[in-house]
Amino acid sequence: MRIGTAKENYTADEALFDTNIQRGWMIALMIALFALPFMTGQYAIYLVCLVMINIVSTTGLNILTGFTGLVSLGQAAFMGVGAYTVAIMEINLGTPFLLNLLIAGSGAALVGIVVGLPSLRVKGLYLAIATIAASVILHFIFANWTSMTGGVSGLSMPPASLFGLELVQPDQVYWIIMPITVLMLFGAANLFRTRIGRAFIAIRDRDISAEVLGIRLLRFKLLSFAISSFYAGVAGGLWAYFFRVITPESFPLLMSIFFLAAIIVGGMGSILGGILGATFMTMVPEILKMMVGVLSPIWPDAVAVMSPVRVVVFGALIIFFLIFEPDGLAEIWRNIRRFFHLWPFKT
Amino acid sequence: MQTTEVSSLTTSPPPTLAGQEILSVDGLSLSFGGVKALQHVSFSVEEGSVTSVIGPNGAGKTSLFNSISGFYTPSEGNVNFLGKNVNKIAPPDRAAMGMARTFQNIALFKGMTVLDNIKLGRHAHLKTNILEALFYFGPAQRTEAALRREIEEKIIDFLEIDHIRNSSVGALSYGLQKRVELARALAMQPKILLLDEPVAGMNREETEDMARFILDVKEEWGVTVLMVEHDMGLVMDISDHVVCLNFGQVITQGLPDEVQGHPDVISAYLGSGDVTALRKKFKEGR
Amino acid sequence: MDWLFFSEIGLAGIGTGGLYAVSGLAFVLIYKATRVVNMAIGEMMMMGAYIFIGFSVGLALPVWASIPLAVIVSGIMGGVIERAIIRPMLGENAISVFMVTIGLGSVLVGLVEIIWGADPRRLIEFVPSDPIFIGEAYLSPKVGYSFAVAAVIVGLFLVIFRTWRGGVALRATAGDQAAAYSMGINVPKVFSLVWIIAAMIAAVAGILVGSIGGVSPNMGVYGLSVLVVVIIGGLDSLLGALIAGIFVGLIETYAGAFLGGEYKMLATFSLLVFVLIVRPYGLFGTHEIERL
Repeated sequence: MRIGTAKENYTADEALFDTNIQRGWMIALMIALFALPFMTGQYAIYLVCLVMINIVSTTGLNILTGFTGLVSLGQAAFMGVGAYTVAIMEINLGTPFLLNLLIAGSGAALVGIVVGLPSLRVKGLYLAIATIAASVILHFIFANWTSMTGGVSGLSMPPASLFGLELVQPDQVYWIIMPITVLMLFGAANLFRTRIGRAFIAIRDRDISAEVLGIRLLRFKLLSFAISSFYAGVAGGLWAYFFRVITPESFPLLMSIFFLAAIIVGGMGSILGGILGATFMTMVPEILKMMVGVLSPIWPDAVAVMSPVRVVVFGALIIFFLIFEPDGLAEIWRNIRRFFHLWPFKT
Repeated sequence: MQTTEVSSLTTSPPPTLAGQEILSVDGLSLSFGGVKALQHVSFSVEEGSVTSVIGPNGAGKTSLFNSISGFYTPSEGNVNFLGKNVNKIAPPDRAAMGMARTFQNIALFKGMTVLDNIKLGRHAHLKTNILEALFYFGPAQRTEAALRREIEEKIIDFLEIDHIRNSSVGALSYGLQKRVELARALAMQPKILLLDEPVAGMNREETEDMARFILDVKEEWGVTVLMVEHDMGLVMDISDHVVCLNFGQVITQGLPDEVQGHPDVISAYLGSGDVTALRKKFKEGR
Repeated sequence: MDWLFFSEIGLAGIGTGGLYAVSGLAFVLIYKATRVVNMAIGEMMMMGAYIFIGFSVGLALPVWASIPLAVIVSGIMGGVIERAIIRPMLGENAISVFMVTIGLGSVLVGLVEIIWGADPRRLIEFVPSDPIFIGEAYLSPKVGYSFAVAAVIVGLFLVIFRTWRGGVALRATAGDQAAAYSMGINVPKVFSLVWIIAAMIAAVAGILVGSIGGVSPNMGVYGLSVLVVVIIGGLDSLLGALIAGIFVGLIETYAGAFLGGEYKMLATFSLLVFVLIVRPYGLFGTHEIERL
């Protein structure tokens, strides 16, 4: 049973984590994040990094689709813009990684604004299709602007360096990825404590009455596109530092569907949902791999069907959650919490 | 939660500005294809008054409201607000000028809490930029805290909705939702409040509460009210000025009593017929 | 410029366009009656083509039996899809239904890969291979015959849609679902029927497309081009789908011939962007404020 949450002033009530227990968990999580590289192996860190990159991009898409109600199938392409920007800057200029990431995010945000421009005239599906068109056109640019992007064979880039130290292994790149992910998650959560985040939700729920409240639709829709693509751009930049080889095929349309699936499974319009969804969806192939490991002695073909099964599971998860739990894992999590808050009394 | 005595509402009683018009509609016409929704409608709203627009269904009341708030572009005529022609000003900018409205079929944001819905009302007056928002430092934090305090102490307290501040709007009763919508409109720091059927579908008690709130808004907050309403009792009780529309035209306007007794009004509502009987029926409505 | 070459490309373009038109028809049919934006249209076509492979290669049935069987099985699948995952979404917002169809597309791709493998395959040759000449211009027989079949299907469909009772019910449902329901039209049945018919048309389109260029699980990309077609034509316009189909086919083929294969999609999607900006509701679509 949760008791004693009385507060002394409004600022305390407006805090992101409003109880001591929550703050305690947060601190524990932070310590765990800092201790992680010293406690696990290279492969586990590799997965954690991948999860975090996906969390950043998923959170970005969640801001646009989950909170503002604008469907986008361009998230992977925006990531591509970020990844290429980082690679080009790292190869040609050798500028520091933080600057590169910032410019990657800003570049993607600019592209996002351009793609979002039709959003005043067209809604919903039409906008989603405009984002598909943007993906196709960006893919074309990646593949054919050979002097900048290396064409179909792509780019290989040097690793990031921090205080003269080259970050090559996952447990080294982790020290870039982890803090940026944490920072960007706090940023997203903060956004929805202010007028900007509230305006996004208002646009999602009923855009006519949002106008009556003084919300300028085009400006805020474009802002949402910009923020969302900024997140994608930074995620793409991190992706580039992590894999260090970028080709036009690195960011296919399927990847955009992956992020859409992540917000649906995790919970649209919930920051926690984005985290849970991205984590879950990134781990699905790992879970399948483990199952293949168990099955292969009995069923030798298991390895061969692994990749198509993954595709089926992606699709099936999207359908399952939309039909049975439209609020996603975040809602399941809330129900569990509610249960313990009220325990031993029944809801 | 600290909501200690807010003995005196911080808003001072309005200086008497009777006679000064805050909003006027001048020869307004609106047509959809061939249908003439409004024809040469003219009236004005005095600052500090409660003005009601009445008329049978389909008379053009909601079209009038939508023209005033900027959703429809009139084919002829002008809307003037604060002495300025606002024909070319988009709805969000009219809101920023101090024009707030509620909707006939409640337009709250279902996914948000009551508190967030009310906070949204202040949108146009807040200046938090994107960087402040992402990092939630200094100005953003202070702005939010001040806004929260003001909403708690002035609006939530005034409308007696403190018990539901953290509830999700979708779960509330109809009457409460209407009240939250009013709260949100008040958070807009309006100069004029357009209420579209504020008591439709409410029971007696809720209607009386709402009437009290509307009068308080006028008297204590100094906000001018323009409302569309079907409940004749409410209209006659609290209005200073009544405009009656039928078939998109103003058939009469004036003091409540004058309008109420006007034969055209009665026949508009009930068709032509026994005027005495109908008048009696109107009186009973009070 | 070589005039003959130009007109040959044009013919090929019209042929390709005919297939787009049929695929677009399947899409528009579903959208018109059920307001579902079916992102899985390309995958449904692919499924039809693979089922045909299943009958003609897997079970080694003759082609004349395999095609109708594949179409029928696809129809049944369409009905199952509607009943299992579209019906439960009735009344949900359009955005969710849209995403359900994306999920469906993913499931279909995976299933095909599990059953038939990920490698591209060719269909059994069943189209006559004598070259066709229109005037002096050469037209690939596959494209030519596919276009003829496509034209027959579209024609048949239009006649049925206008005259048959079910067609009337369908149009009524498209007009106003609630009103159609209250007039005694069994709307859920119409929904099933529409998905069945659309799946069958998609299967035919898939087999035709497969007979020209082979099939692979990536055929969903074809669905993207179909999307371009229906947006340009107007989502709810059958006529629009036909005209835009031919138009997109021409643009794509000319872009491919004169600029290079990689410009095909760039050309059609640039056209799409242009249409979205200039005339967002397509050439023939009903202008409506759609909330999604």
